[in-house]
Amino acid sequence: MVAVQNISRQTKIGTPADRRARIAGIVLIGLALFVAGVFSAAVTGDATFRLSRPTDVWAVPNLVIPAAPFNYIVAAILAFLGARQFLRGGGKWTTLSLGIGLALAVCAFLVWATAGKAFSLSGMLQATMVRAVPLVLGAITGMMCERVGVVNIAIEGMLLAGAFTGALIGSVLGGVGGLIAAIGIGGLFGLILAALVVTYRMDQIIAGVVINLFVLGLTSYVSSQVFAEHRFLNNAPVFRAFKIPVLGDIPVIGPMFFNQNIFVYGSLVMVVVATYYLFYTRMGLRARSVGEHPRAADTLGINVYRTRYINVTAAGMIAGFGGAWFTLGSVGRFDENMTGGRGFIALAAMLFGRYHPVGALMAALVFGFADSMQQKLALLRTPIPSEFLAMAPYIATIIVVAGVVGRTRTPAAGGKAYIKE
Amino acid sequence: MSAKASNDNLTQNLLQRAAPSRAEFEDLVIVPIFAVIVALAVGALVMLATAVDLPTIGRSYIALLQGSVGSLNALSETLTAAAPLVLAGLGLALGFRAGLFNIGAEGQIVIGGLAAVIVGFSFAGLPWFVHLPLALIAGALAGALYASIAGWLRAATGAHEVISTIMLNLISYRILDYVLRQPFIQREGRADPISRSVLDSAELPQLLAWIDPNLRVHAGILVVIAAVVVVHWILFRTKIGFEFRASGKNLDAARYAGMRASFTIVAAMASAGALAGLAGANQVLGVLDRASPGFSAGIGFDAISVALLGRSHPVGVLFAGLLFGALKTGGRQMQVDAGVSVDLIGIIQALIIVFIAAPLLVRAIFPWGFRKPQTEPNE
Repeated sequence: MVAVQNISRQTKIGTPADRRARIAGIVLIGLALFVAGVFSAAVTGDATFRLSRPTDVWAVPNLVIPAAPFNYIVAAILAFLGARQFLRGGGKWTTLSLGIGLALAVCAFLVWATAGKAFSLSGMLQATMVRAVPLVLGAITGMMCERVGVVNIAIEGMLLAGAFTGALIGSVLGGVGGLIAAIGIGGLFGLILAALVVTYRMDQIIAGVVINLFVLGLTSYVSSQVFAEHRFLNNAPVFRAFKIPVLGDIPVIGPMFFNQNIFVYGSLVMVVVATYYLFYTRMGLRARSVGEHPRAADTLGINVYRTRYINVTAAGMIAGFGGAWFTLGSVGRFDENMTGGRGFIALAAMLFGRYHPVGALMAALVFGFADSMQQKLALLRTPIPSEFLAMAPYIATIIVVAGVVGRTRTPAAGGKAYIKE
Repeated sequence: MSAKASNDNLTQNLLQRAAPSRAEFEDLVIVPIFAVIVALAVGALVMLATAVDLPTIGRSYIALLQGSVGSLNALSETLTAAAPLVLAGLGLALGFRAGLFNIGAEGQIVIGGLAAVIVGFSFAGLPWFVHLPLALIAGALAGALYASIAGWLRAATGAHEVISTIMLNLISYRILDYVLRQPFIQREGRADPISRSVLDSAELPQLLAWIDPNLRVHAGILVVIAAVVVVHWILFRTKIGFEFRASGKNLDAARYAGMRASFTIVAAMASAGALAGLAGANQVLGVLDRASPGFSAGIGFDAISVALLGRSHPVGVLFAGLLFGALKTGGRQMQVDAGVSVDLIGIIQALIIVFIAAPLLVRAIFPWGFRKPQTEPNE
């Protein structure tokens, strides 16, 4: 028994998982030092978080946290997690401790930034959900594609196409028409991606990059060639938020989930639908089998090409819906390259969420939180330069991808063209 | 296809000399020409769809031709625009050969250019033959370091380089914004983020200033030619180049053959970053004379297309870079002469890549133009 354990110990040393655990440990210890040195020392006063607005039905008292003691405690927990990771290494704990550690560091940062001031937490959570919308939808798009073995780098382009079409058609036909058109155009680019990689067996990553380039070129061209002259073509109505009765009055999470526009509700519904489709229907099972072992699926009579076409097209429609959020869901106007790399962050959210819609929602909320935090913190006037705050979501993405991706089991046939014999 | 056949194929691919065969000639020359023609035709359709009338379309394509190769000045501009595209494209091609899809040239250009500018305006009093190489090396080193972050992450944790390099691109813009506001870098008396000017001793000299001082083509062209030769030599004549190509073809096979996989990944990323950094240095030392937000101007993304179009072969990249440089300068002329937005060029470039990267698609459009492929084209 002892010998067996020894052997398993020895073989574990030097595996990538082990090294990842070490790195996670180092990151956590670094965070602990940072929290102790920067966020805890020389901080005085209490941080006040407002949990409800004065107009709310059920008011909740403010959350008051003494800044320095709280942050010292956070630093201690981080140091413990880091040391544990570094010394013991540790299988399934790596992801969990990294996640907890990052969340704690963010809390410490918030407390430090708010020390001596007041800050509306419920407002920020509401913004978090709003900003998570394109990420959730993008991540579900990527997931539907990867589950059938098609790597989709083109999420960015599909979002951009949806945003553009939403603005253009929305200006002409009104919001609902714009939304339908955006979904349609997303589906069209899904179909194009499927045709390129399934029928023409183009390298999947190149196909994605090309679609991104093409959409960026086309939308920028039309917006400078046409929109600059005919402004009425780029002035779409915006879907307003509406409150769901009773649920919308729940403190803190009420405004976050139940007082939003149709894009937020739509993405929450999509999470449920995608989960049900992928894991509880026959179609979903077939789709996943195509992504794992297309040859076996083909042998069993599943049409691999058709399954890939259908799923990638449907995924494109989801991305088109997400893209419409940029115009119909927020400003009503299209700007060149307005998605600004969110399609790629969605890809990271998909990895972080381990190819599961619910996981993707959680990951998207994390990124949405980082995004909205950066906006709100400008109001608090922290001594950190705004450029570094703006970097935070990207750095978080890298850490997440580095810390998590190796442990995620990706669909086995991802990225490969299937050639029917 | 049986495993043995694919193995033979692999060996053949790896050992083949740079000399192309008949089939390769078709792939390397005919397909790209078809791709350019089809892309231009689709571009005309796009113009038609956006209510541009036929004579204007004709004028815009004539302007595209004249603006790129129609005069000495146009040629000089084309070379100037092509230089950074070729340099960064070579870097990306090296990465592609090693199986790394590095989207991060943009960020590496930013960081490399920033380093070159800082060295370029510091160190007053150095002679040019010390200062200029120093600034170029600083750019290359900074690019290499920045790129090896992504390489190291890939090697150590398996983080996919596509995502990490995209994130590093976005981070590099913020770093640029921040650094340009620092008092010892920001130009005196300016409130906007702009760096000091590069000293004369660190500038890449203009080559044709003796004909006309407006001809902007500069000594960076010589750096480009040297880089093409060096990358070709590294890829096809050295051990490390063989390791790059072997890991790119089949990472597991390379590992079992005793090649150092992690080292190869980091080295490939670092060399790619060095070339992209050199492209950034080339821009600031040869053309812009300073750094400002957005000075990279999307060169890193165009370079992806250049590397793909050039089939990740140094000579191919050179020609692809020249083509894209010509499209870029011609596109500016097109905007001036015909009033067609320069963004059209982006569409044409994307279409060219589609047709290049999907030979099956080109064969489907022009079934008479090509011999039937003998083997399944799943390289």
